[in-house]
Amino acid sequence: MSHVADPSPVLDKAPAPALRGPAARPVSRLLHRRVWLRLTLLLSAPLAWMILVYVVALAALLITSLWSVDSLSSEIDRTWTLDNFRTLWESDVYRRVTIRTVSVALAVTVIDVAIALPIAFYMAKVASPRARRMLVVAVLTPLWASYLVKVFAWRIVLSEGGLADWSGIGSPGYGLTAVIITQSYIWLPYVILPIFAALERVPDSLLEAAGDLGAPSPMVLRSIVLPLLVPGIVAGAIFSFSLTLGDYITVNIVGGANQMLGNLVFVNAGAANNLPLAAAIAMIPIVVMLVMLTAIRRTGALENI
Amino acid sequence: MTQATTPPAAAPAATGAPQTAIRLRGLQKHFGDVAAVDGVDLDIADGEFFSMLGPSGSGKTTVLRLIAGFESASAGTVELGGVDVTKAAPFERDVHTVFQDYALFPHMSVLDNVAYGLRVRGMAKKQRRERAQQALDTVRLGHLGSRRPTQLSGGQRQRVALARAIVLEPRVLLLDEPLGALDLKLREQMQVELKQLQRELGITFVFVTHDQEEALTLSDRIAVFDAGRIQQLGTPQEIYEQPSSAYVAGFVGTTNLLDAETSQRLLGVAAEHALRPERLRLTPANDTESADAGEVRIPAVVVETIYLGTGNRVHLRTEDGLELVALEQSTGSLDDSGHRGEQVTVRFARADVVALTPAP
Repeated sequence: MSHVADPSPVLDKAPAPALRGPAARPVSRLLHRRVWLRLTLLLSAPLAWMILVYVVALAALLITSLWSVDSLSSEIDRTWTLDNFRTLWESDVYRRVTIRTVSVALAVTVIDVAIALPIAFYMAKVASPRARRMLVVAVLTPLWASYLVKVFAWRIVLSEGGLADWSGIGSPGYGLTAVIITQSYIWLPYVILPIFAALERVPDSLLEAAGDLGAPSPMVLRSIVLPLLVPGIVAGAIFSFSLTLGDYITVNIVGGANQMLGNLVFVNAGAANNLPLAAAIAMIPIVVMLVMLTAIRRTGALENI
Repeated sequence: MTQATTPPAAAPAATGAPQTAIRLRGLQKHFGDVAAVDGVDLDIADGEFFSMLGPSGSGKTTVLRLIAGFESASAGTVELGGVDVTKAAPFERDVHTVFQDYALFPHMSVLDNVAYGLRVRGMAKKQRRERAQQALDTVRLGHLGSRRPTQLSGGQRQRVALARAIVLEPRVLLLDEPLGALDLKLREQMQVELKQLQRELGITFVFVTHDQEEALTLSDRIAVFDAGRIQQLGTPQEIYEQPSSAYVAGFVGTTNLLDAETSQRLLGVAAEHALRPERLRLTPANDTESADAGEVRIPAVVVETIYLGTGNRVHLRTEDGLELVALEQSTGSLDDSGHRGEQVTVRFARADVVALTPAP
């Protein structure tokens, strides 16, 4: 009973100054009333950045690809022409390099998804919380090492008399296989993480319920787990596919004499001094990605989330 | 064993079925150093509505998961219909579970959810859709088969989960706090439906709950769990009217616990006793009503009166400091409550006092 009487003297001693606060904040009040003003202030900086970095850069690329280079003066001729795209379409080299690049990207994606699925499943559903943390660290650690260091490490592993040779597995030598192996290694964390995140969101009770209803483990994986993982798999596949599509360093280091689209851009922007053609080649992976994303949307794979 | 007041072999009078659906012997489950289930012996008869009641962490859900096969026992055996299934995988056991979170597959329609178990068994599409539709009709959701689970309300999801389990016509249905996520009105409605469904289908229901009222209303028999053991096993009446220990008396319903010293003074027996609030009768302090031989009278003062709608809960304190709670039926008058500070006489029959076995 006695404690009921206590609070009142405390209130008397401390006359609440906080209650007069709002009157002294006209800016807050203005922002509260004007929603558009709030949004403008909040979004203007990031929006400007987005427009400048993405939209303007893409537009510049597209415009550049419609120019040409004067073969005598080596100066850029700013008259509109589709010559660059005609070259790409008609020349056998560009078609072959495009097919090669897309094939390598597809192979890397398939390998990465195949490796990432069991690892992610183990991390999310089997490992103890402690082991799970260790595994997340293990997956993330390679991302801290320099890209070049990792590719050169693979160059040494795959070299004649290198680790692969010496261990008896045998080395495929420098070439497209080496590119696929190296790229699969480098982009693997980007595929594991989204699949792991998607698996963590699947409650254990769903797997138990499927088993309870009579489904053996392979059936549970096929009918319950995989369909629920599609968004995570698609996200990971987009990462590995698009990152491989734009790469040109790995193929230089372990690819032997092979070239990918990135190399052609590099050569044309540098040594060949044909910036418009480089821009036109750079449009190819962009178009491939757009086609891929549209196809994924069309299948409705992302609607079951 | 301190738990069983009723021998486990005693089948409920209601069903009279002599066959045992589930038999647990010396069941134990350890998680690291913690014994979640610490020696459970239990027989559940065919067609019985059996409840496992206890607070969270008492081991009741673990026992359910051991029966379903989601956990493997550290020691002891699980028998289903006379067959030892201790080592069998969940999909090899003829029991199905209704999960607390319903565990409906979000990427399938309601009908496909219900048909899943039939699909796994390789039933033809047309046939399994018919059966699933029937099961949905049983739970009165026949018109919602094409919806996704996320488009249903909590009560509807609950029924889909039920339909998905009963479509397989299991011998035993395990229900893990299935009504826990529903609001009160819906819960009461679903309780009635569950009871009716169980009676119609004749399936054994094993029902896990922490809600003592739910357990009392629904069950043929109840096992009260604490610390991984069964504290008492019996019919709802036995559990409520004759709690075996202070723990059971306190967990199931409200109770007045009389310690050994108080019992010695009031009843002349030096042992712990329990007394249900509705067994207390209050009369004015100056009444002249004479006590018969079997009645105990104590003068007390009303500390607080709480109006419950159906009656009043009256908190009392006797002269020597004993706190009691009494439950008075409403008489329908607008002012029938005892008033704070009022002097009253508390009366109860000696026969209504239940002796408790001391805690081990």
